[in-house]
Amino acid sequence: MALPLSVDIAVTHLMGRRRQTIVSVLGVALGVGFFIAVAALMQGFQTYFRETIIDVSPHVVVEDEFRNPPRQPVQALYAGGAVELRGLKPEEERRGIRNARAMVEALRRMPGVTVAPTLSGQVVLRYGGVDEAASLVGIEPEQEQRVTTLAKDMEAGSLDRLNTTANGIVLGRELAKKLGAKLGDSLLAVTAAGVTRRVTVEGIFHTGIQNLDEGVAYMLLKRAQVLQDRINVVNQVRLRLADPDQAPAVAQRVEARFRYKAESWQETNQNIFQIFTVQNAIMYSIVGAILIVAAFGIFNVISTVIYEKTRDIAILKSMGLTEGDIRRIFLVEGIIAGAIGAVMGWAVGYGLTEVLASIRFDFSDDPSENRFHLSYSLLHYMLGGGFALVAAGLAAYLPARRAARLNPVEIVRGAA
Amino acid sequence: MGAGEPVLEARGVTRVLSGAIPVTLVEGIDLSIGRGEFAAITGPSGSGKSSLLYLLGLLDTPTSGSVLVEGEDTSRLTPADLARVRLEKLGFVFQFHFLLPEFTALDNVLIPMRKLARLSDREMRTRAQSLLVQLDLGDHARKRPDQLSGGQRQRVAIARALANEPRVVLADEPTGNLDSRNAQLVFDTFRDLAHRTGTTVVTVTHDEHLAAQTDRRVLLVDGKLVGSTEAAHPA
Repeated sequence: MALPLSVDIAVTHLMGRRRQTIVSVLGVALGVGFFIAVAALMQGFQTYFRETIIDVSPHVVVEDEFRNPPRQPVQALYAGGAVELRGLKPEEERRGIRNARAMVEALRRMPGVTVAPTLSGQVVLRYGGVDEAASLVGIEPEQEQRVTTLAKDMEAGSLDRLNTTANGIVLGRELAKKLGAKLGDSLLAVTAAGVTRRVTVEGIFHTGIQNLDEGVAYMLLKRAQVLQDRINVVNQVRLRLADPDQAPAVAQRVEARFRYKAESWQETNQNIFQIFTVQNAIMYSIVGAILIVAAFGIFNVISTVIYEKTRDIAILKSMGLTEGDIRRIFLVEGIIAGAIGAVMGWAVGYGLTEVLASIRFDFSDDPSENRFHLSYSLLHYMLGGGFALVAAGLAAYLPARRAARLNPVEIVRGAA
Repeated sequence: MGAGEPVLEARGVTRVLSGAIPVTLVEGIDLSIGRGEFAAITGPSGSGKSSLLYLLGLLDTPTSGSVLVEGEDTSRLTPADLARVRLEKLGFVFQFHFLLPEFTALDNVLIPMRKLARLSDREMRTRAQSLLVQLDLGDHARKRPDQLSGGQRQRVAIARALANEPRVVLADEPTGNLDSRNAQLVFDTFRDLAHRTGTTVVTVTHDEHLAAQTDRRVLLVDGKLVGSTEAAHPA
């Protein structure tokens, strides 16, 4: 008797159609469960990916190029005029960031920003009979450490040994593997400038980001400048921010001030984040479809109950229950089914996530890469439960409205 | 006319079912039924007996004319207001018992009281139980309808109609599914109710023998009131 009348009747109806109710509740539970598990999986991966990028790579990279090609004097003269230039031979400029030292000093004064100048260029490394092309990045180790996690990612040797060895080089793990080179081995480095040097492997790093691990090598900035025949040139300034989310704003400010192209990590990885968006859209559509199917189950149960209970509806209305009371009875039935489904779905979702968490692969020697990265978020549970309740409410509302409009006179006449 | 001040009145009540061919159910009914009166609406089948009862019971609304309950014109009330009047002042008994099959006899009687919510839980239960005792169902309060006989079910339905102490009980062929002994029992109950508690009872019946036991007979033919007679008062 503690239950309000409409809830009491609703529960009675559901208990009377137990099997059908259980099936529809299970539909909701599976929908919610899958949503939670898939959301944990996808958001887990996306967060892991984002954090790895934020961790490993610089947040803003200033390069020695411009977003737009330089304007020619004649275009400036006839702005907006129909001018086309042909056979123009651009002035050959010495590449690199001009006055990089002053720029680094200026950037360093910005709050929450750490800066490292680098020179990046192509190199071919030769060891045994193997040639591998790689990006050679000239760094100043103590500054680079503050901008990327390179020092922490060292698997063998160390970054500091670049300072003490005459021609030391640090390789990504996959690059070293392809070359067959180990710590202490001596490689031949050849650049496009035609300079060849013997270099010694002083360290091997592993970031977990494929591009870096198999295509990047580090040397001391000064040595790289010699190797590239670009003495005193810096073509990349890397920034790390206290707040990585500020990267686009900082990049914009830097670019406005120095004219050089400044790229935030969000921009660099734009295509991947776009894929994430598409992934999320697909996930939400699939889960939406599951819940729609579940909603049909609820619609079905309530429609059946209403069909069976027309006499009850007639007598309740003749007794003085209003249309609102009748609607509430069946709406409550839907909400109860949805709520039980949501709670069971939470359990299913938690269970599935635990199963996913226990799966191990054999991708690499790094144990952190041989499992799914999952994110346990209360928001997913709330969203899944919310979806279920809304879907169940809508599924119940339509038949409930029909029930409320039943005319008791017609039913009473027919029942005699 | 009636035994007291009018409780239920019809003034020029006409009900036409609209459609390709409009059907007139009842036409120009003027009727006044007083407090504590036990009245029977009689007539051949299809004469509009039940239609008139549904109009008097506010389950249906007249096409023209109006129905007054305790002097209040109901023709301008919203469906929710009409439901309220039904809940507070009217009680229904149909040919079919219309008990909620999953609920016990006691719980069925409690439904109108719970909707009205004027009594405490304890008071409601006490009242429901005493109604069942009055109708000789004291031992069957915990039984569900499928555990009761036809006569017992109909008496539970009467107890439910009386739950909120209505001014008027409207019964549509309440004995149609009952044997003569149970039918007599139902009519005895109604008569007792009308004369002892002052509750007005209006019942539709085609059973002449039973109709003869009421205070007043309203005869309908082809939807029109053709006679309203005071029946002999049984001693």
